[in-house]
Amino acid sequence: MPASVGWVWLVVLLPLAGFVANGALSLLRPEAKRAVSAIGVGVLVLSFLIAVGVVGGVATAAPHSPYVLTYWQWMPAGGLEIDLAFQVDQLSAVMLMVVTGVSMVIHIFSVGYMGDDPGYARYFAYLNLFVFFMLVLVLGANFPVMFVGWEGVGLCSYLLIGFWFENNAFADAGKKAFIMNRIGDFGFLIAMFMIFHAVGSLSFVEVFEAAPGTFEVGGTTITLITLALFLGCAGKSAQIPLYTWLPDAMAGPTPVSALIHAATMVTAGVYLVARTNVLFAIAPVSSFVVAAVGAATALFAATIALKQWDIKKVLAYSTVSQLGYMFMGVGVGAYAAGMFHLTTHAFFKALLFLGSGSVIHALHHAYHATHRHEDAQDMRNMGGLRRAMPWTTGFMWVATLAIAGVPLFSGFFSKDEILAMTFVRGHDAGAFYVLWMVGVVAALLTAFYMTRMMLYTFHGPNRTGEQERGHLREAPWVMTGPLLVLAVGSVFAGLLNLPAILPGSGWLHHWLEPVTEGSAAYLPDLHLGSDTEWMLLGLATVVAAAGILGAWNFLKPAQLKPAREAPVETGIQRVLLRKWYVDEIYDWLVVRPVMWMSDRAFWKVMDVKVIDGAFVNGSATVARALGWVGSRFQTGSVGVYLFLFVMGVLILMRAVIR
Amino acid sequence: MNYAAWVLDALLLFPLLAGLVILLSPEHLAKRVALAGAVVEFLLSVPLWWMFEPGTAAMQFEVVHPWVPGWGIAYRVGVDGISLFMVLLTTFTMPLAVLGSWNYIRDKERAYYALLLVLTTGMLGVFVALDLFVFYVFWEIMLIPMYFLIGVWGGPKRIYAAIKFFLFTFVGSLLMLVAILTIYFMVYRATGVQSFDYHHFLRNIEVVRPFALLLFGAFFLGFAIKVPMFPFHTWLPDAHVEAPTAGSVILAGILLKMGTYGFLRFAVPFFPGVALHPTMVNVIVVLALIGIIYGALVAMVQPDFKKLVAYSSISHLGFVMLGIWALTVQSVEGAIIIMINHGISTGALFFLAGMLYERAHTREVAAFGGIARVVPALAAVLSLVALSSIGLPGTNGFIGEFLVLIGSFGEYPWATAVAATGVIFAALYLLRALQRLIYNKFERPELARMPDLSVRELLVLGPLVACILWIGIYPRPFLHRVEASVEALVEQVHQPEAAVAQARTPGGEQ
Amino acid sequence: MLLGPSLGVSAILFSLGVAGVLLRRNAIVIFMCIELMLNAVNLSFVALAQQLGREGQVIVFFVMAVAAAEAAVGLAIMIAIYRHKSSVNVKEINLLRG
Repeated sequence: MPASVGWVWLVVLLPLAGFVANGALSLLRPEAKRAVSAIGVGVLVLSFLIAVGVVGGVATAAPHSPYVLTYWQWMPAGGLEIDLAFQVDQLSAVMLMVVTGVSMVIHIFSVGYMGDDPGYARYFAYLNLFVFFMLVLVLGANFPVMFVGWEGVGLCSYLLIGFWFENNAFADAGKKAFIMNRIGDFGFLIAMFMIFHAVGSLSFVEVFEAAPGTFEVGGTTITLITLALFLGCAGKSAQIPLYTWLPDAMAGPTPVSALIHAATMVTAGVYLVARTNVLFAIAPVSSFVVAAVGAATALFAATIALKQWDIKKVLAYSTVSQLGYMFMGVGVGAYAAGMFHLTTHAFFKALLFLGSGSVIHALHHAYHATHRHEDAQDMRNMGGLRRAMPWTTGFMWVATLAIAGVPLFSGFFSKDEILAMTFVRGHDAGAFYVLWMVGVVAALLTAFYMTRMMLYTFHGPNRTGEQERGHLREAPWVMTGPLLVLAVGSVFAGLLNLPAILPGSGWLHHWLEPVTEGSAAYLPDLHLGSDTEWMLLGLATVVAAAGILGAWNFLKPAQLKPAREAPVETGIQRVLLRKWYVDEIYDWLVVRPVMWMSDRAFWKVMDVKVIDGAFVNGSATVARALGWVGSRFQTGSVGVYLFLFVMGVLILMRAVIR
Repeated sequence: MNYAAWVLDALLLFPLLAGLVILLSPEHLAKRVALAGAVVEFLLSVPLWWMFEPGTAAMQFEVVHPWVPGWGIAYRVGVDGISLFMVLLTTFTMPLAVLGSWNYIRDKERAYYALLLVLTTGMLGVFVALDLFVFYVFWEIMLIPMYFLIGVWGGPKRIYAAIKFFLFTFVGSLLMLVAILTIYFMVYRATGVQSFDYHHFLRNIEVVRPFALLLFGAFFLGFAIKVPMFPFHTWLPDAHVEAPTAGSVILAGILLKMGTYGFLRFAVPFFPGVALHPTMVNVIVVLALIGIIYGALVAMVQPDFKKLVAYSSISHLGFVMLGIWALTVQSVEGAIIIMINHGISTGALFFLAGMLYERAHTREVAAFGGIARVVPALAAVLSLVALSSIGLPGTNGFIGEFLVLIGSFGEYPWATAVAATGVIFAALYLLRALQRLIYNKFERPELARMPDLSVRELLVLGPLVACILWIGIYPRPFLHRVEASVEALVEQVHQPEAAVAQARTPGGEQ
Repeated sequence: MLLGPSLGVSAILFSLGVAGVLLRRNAIVIFMCIELMLNAVNLSFVALAQQLGREGQVIVFFVMAVAAAEAAVGLAIMIAIYRHKSSVNVKEINLLRG
């Protein structure tokens, strides 16, 4: 094992130390913002540098099996042996770089974005804690340790969504995220139990080694295990039917949306499928479910994104949609492609969120300066911002072209690879062609709604307001600097895994081979003829161009009115704006019945009336009634008592003396 | 004299003496004496942690003094892996309970603190008794101080709650006494030895086979009421709501454990045939599941924070019952860890409820809101404790629930799956309460000057928080100490079952 | 000897006592009737002791001691009641009514 890999504990521990220090500061000296920034960003920079060393160690040694670093026995009980252990291999190395790198950039951005917030120290404490848990998630060497990170990031997500907890809706959104995640975690738990009882271990190395011999291909057990795991993924990565928390999660500060709800945490589900690729490969039905749910989510979320006015909601549904692509990728067995899209998406989506953050920041300050209360996130209040914010506009366009899949940008390669792999799978099962088509349509919609967002935000006339217009400013360098870094990534991350027809192709694919080779035996050869490849690349280009040009031609930003004066939508537009009414349906089908049952049926009837009323107090009433009957003989009159007494004596004498 | 020989005697005797001293000391010194007494008691018990020999299931620190030789009653006490942590939990909780009552109890302080210490003896006695008669005596002894704690220092409906608590427990314990005496006489008739010795009972328990179902039923009722299992649980919310803070803490933290401890120590080992009979298993597992889900759902709609925590106890103890009845090493170890956890986390929640009450003079969740800005430290501790109660990995709650569920899954996969939904419901009720208590819009100007945690309150909560994290991150010392006893229990209970199964197959293994 | 007449007197006295206890309303009188019954019993004890041994006479002293104690307590109660109610009529003393 390279020496640098041994330092991985420090990568994890530094953010935790940052949390402890910033947490203490937030309670004791919340006004010490310089110290908070220094600690909060400093630990991340150090952590990132050490992570680079760790990954460098993995790169030079190119190990065939993972390095497992065991720290202590965590839960030894009977036959159950769970160690607190980290695992470093090629897959966790990718995640290590994405997580520490993007986190560092977003921490720096936050210094500018959150600078005026009174909860600054608390914010950085939570953010550091999040990075800690995220690293535990990607480094855990067994399911339970991964689960610690898995739930821990959910906790941080909860805390950060509800960061401005004085707004009841924001606090609600945080709670909703946690509970929806918990529904997914239930699946994760069940999967762990089934794996333990089938294999007798929960450590990744042992489970993956034993899996081929333990489970038969397509067997019930492995299918149930992987479906339960996927339930966990659906919760964490916002897939149908558990996606509704993610758009609400936009209540959190924008850098949080960028870090947690776009780049890192929500991709944990994809990581989990990639991590357990052996298990999913043995369960083709589950894999198909993963791909199908991914495709459905990609399309469904894209339709909603078409009609959102809140700039962050557009990006949120876009994230849900892109996560759908990733699941399509890992579902068809293209684990490297899924991870590739995860990586490129981390760059361009973080960039989009941070860019939108800098827009919101500008609008917020403008409205603050004139004391007007308008929605700083509504695109109808924006428009023409490219004049005031040229840098942000430029970076945002880079990210938009990347996500829309314009050739040579990173998103083009990663999305295309997923679609190509799905297409290849269509050769043995026609259903994959359907998924592929769904993916293509979703790609068209993606290009369309992203262009719509750019058009409404940065182009056309400005709708912010006469006085406010003068107050719109480009963000400070501490915010645009991170944008630049991410923009570079959004352009060039595609080089990681170029298609087979280009030189230097498939680097990420080869890098991940030691991790995914266990599943290769169960999958058909995902090889693509170069004609088909060119055809698909060409089609992807056409689709992206069609989406962008379509939006550019059909949408008329000049006709938009500010949010306050805008007309009410009707028909399908309204349905899309209200997100197909899914939240309302869940509310009526699940939330209300459960609340009603708990309150009325269980508590007020079962507990209070039946058990306590009928049985407990009922028996007390019976006892009291018997006592009342007895008390009728107690007249209080001595004469009566004496009479009864004498009678009693006489009766007894009669009975005794025969 | 060596520690092992006198420690249990000292632990049982010292609180009584301290209680006497409190009665004799002036009123204003009562709580100081009580604190000193409770701390000394805790310090006396601490060496148990190291002196305890982890590798063996045998009783340790055993002490025997004849008491009523004519009837074979002996004062016989000892500790094994199962009771060790119950003893330590008790001695650990009591100083905190005294500290937690510091400002809450304003009248009849001497009597209050003296009763607390007498209660300590009663509770410790239940956990260490190895003579059924002595066990019964301690079981009743601890009932009386608790009755007075609720009935004298409780809330407005305290008399109702105290009587309800007393009658519920008493009904169960009287049946248990009948069962104990029945076993005693039957064993006496069969062996000719008059003895209430636990091990003597255990060795000769075969002779009561014809009445095993009835006897088990009597024990079951006694313990199930104490746990409490659905539908014997309605005394709990009332008792908790009316009891003073320390009363709730002790009630939840220690008294509830007596039920599950009783199952582990007596009901299951005595009557494995009945306890593991498929019908009985179905009934009990279903009741445990109802407890988990029902407790959580009813907790969700409680307007009163203490009542919410009370119902959440029913849910947590449902996990313990499931773990005990799955009877695998993991599940029983998990059950014991949950018993410890519940003492720590729910105890802390009750302390926090008391602290909120002392500040706002109400326990209505709706009367708070947004106070995280006013009292950030209290909010932080409340969040952490709530998360541990939810079972967030990294805190103690996760370890217990995970072990119970993973251990039970092999025995009852469907029941375990249903129980695992409890983790969702737990998040539902606690996060709802958390949001309405410390988050949301701050709308109560009268709460704006609420003081944050005082040093005394930090002293109460600090040790509990430390334990929450300790057990969450490094539970091995705990698991290590209970392992041998649990393994022995599991093996011993499964033994007759295996023998029966073998007898049923004609020709045995051929 | 005089056994027959003694027992007869004892029976008459006892019956008088019973009748008084049952019929009279004044607590003092009831109390005296109780004393009458006790003494009737004493008389039978003494009379029977003539034939059956001394133990009967010992019992008489025991009964007298109990009667004295009873008188002390009973009269104290009655005085307390009189202070409270200005009457010792048992009809009016029904605090124990259920």
